Amino acid sequence: MKTIKAEAISNVVSDLCIKANTVLRGDVLAALKRALKKEKNKRAGDILEKIICNSQVAKRENLAICQDTGLPCVFVELGQDVRIVGDLKQAINKGVEAGYREGYFRNSVVLDPLSRGKSGFSPAVIHIEMVKGNKLALTVMPKGFGCENKTQLKMFRPTAQIAEIKKFIVEVVKTAGPDACPPYIVGVGIGGSADYAAFLAKQALLKPIDRRSSKLEKELLIRINKLNIGPMGLGGVSTALAVNIQTYPTHIAGLPVVVNISCHALRSATKSL
Amino acid sequence: MKRINIPLKEKKLTNLKIGEKLLLSGIIYTARDQAHKRLFEVIKKGKRLPVDLRGQIIYYCGPTKTPKGKIIGTCGPTTSSRMDEFTPALLKAGLKGMIGKGSRSKEVIAAIKKYKAVYFLTYAGCGALLAKYIKKAKPVVYRDLGPEAIYKLEVKDFPVIVAIDVRGNNIYKEASTNKKTNIAKSYEARQSY
Repeated sequence: MKTIKAEAISNVVSDLCIKANTVLRGDVLAALKRALKKEKNKRAGDILEKIICNSQVAKRENLAICQDTGLPCVFVELGQDVRIVGDLKQAINKGVEAGYREGYFRNSVVLDPLSRGKSGFSPAVIHIEMVKGNKLALTVMPKGFGCENKTQLKMFRPTAQIAEIKKFIVEVVKTAGPDACPPYIVGVGIGGSADYAAFLAKQALLKPIDRRSSKLEKELLIRINKLNIGPMGLGGVSTALAVNIQTYPTHIAGLPVVVNISCHALRSATKSL
Repeated sequence: MKRINIPLKEKKLTNLKIGEKLLLSGIIYTARDQAHKRLFEVIKKGKRLPVDLRGQIIYYCGPTKTPKGKIIGTCGPTTSSRMDEFTPALLKAGLKGMIGKGSRSKEVIAAIKKYKAVYFLTYAGCGALLAKYIKKAKPVVYRDLGPEAIYKLEVKDFPVIVAIDVRGNNIYKEASTNKKTNIAKSYEARQSY
């Protein structure tokens, strides 16, 4: 049994909030550099250069990569042999508050989605999963809402052809157009229940984008890049950097599919306690 | 790249063409969702706007908090289409320029043509870099909105691209001579969504 104090969790979450918002993920930066090499469209090349330069300025000066420091989404893998002293969710939110305050990030969270009101840094959206072992893994993903707003869900018939699903995924990107800050990283969740497919789509964005991709992911990436939306929607072959798909068993009567797009500032940071 | 002082005189505005890259110097005002909603209500009630928008440029932006020793935090553009429903009224009230990201509705384009204004794009998701072009920043109106307040910004060589000109030419609808580009097709697909 490993004991972890709430304060330790807050400190880690605070550091992760700062890291995620100021240091662009290595695999994303590498993908942007590869995209720049491949890009023949002048405007697109100029924009990709600025995006890469922006990440360097942010890292060097400890500035947020993007002013939309997002809705903090925290993914927790809690080992079954971990004993937490204190309130886990409270500790996470305290960490978010501290990190966002220290980083001079943006208060983009309203407490009531209907009446809105003054905005703050928290609460985060927290997903907790029990796993085997005695580690506590924390991942912070500040999710920008320009891209979150382009999320789409479709409940396909269980007999739907794969071609229909591919078409839907590509259409979601086409509909997003320039608005969600391409080049995109496209998260897809297939299966489970409607809400679980949405979770899978978001969680898919945490997977490294330079890993070996499946045939379906490769094909979708090619089709999406054929849309020629390009950076800022001004044309080019860099409409998306990657497509990450996660699947889960589902009901005999259904086939939920969710597409969650990330902008080029795909931000996440992880640490294990 | 052309250096332009703002606010822009109407004649200079008229000469701008889509795709042109410019460096703007002068005053711009930030305003996004909630500020637009409030300004729209003021106009509807026939009251005077808290800031005189005649001849001015609005930048769709909600910056992060200002770190110690800096003029402004990270301050890139937000998605312009969320302000579409409020824009024609502001253009009627004399607004002459908007800076943001993404395309605009056909109602906004029509209003841009009618009131002779220009829509600019700036580098999306590059707010840390763009902060370097802000020389002064101060929230002046609706300070209770925090990051959504109207900030008065003094900018120097702020990089923009002309996206919609006074004639209603639209960079997103730019078609090649012989066939429609995918940008245009994708734009059209989204208009029907």
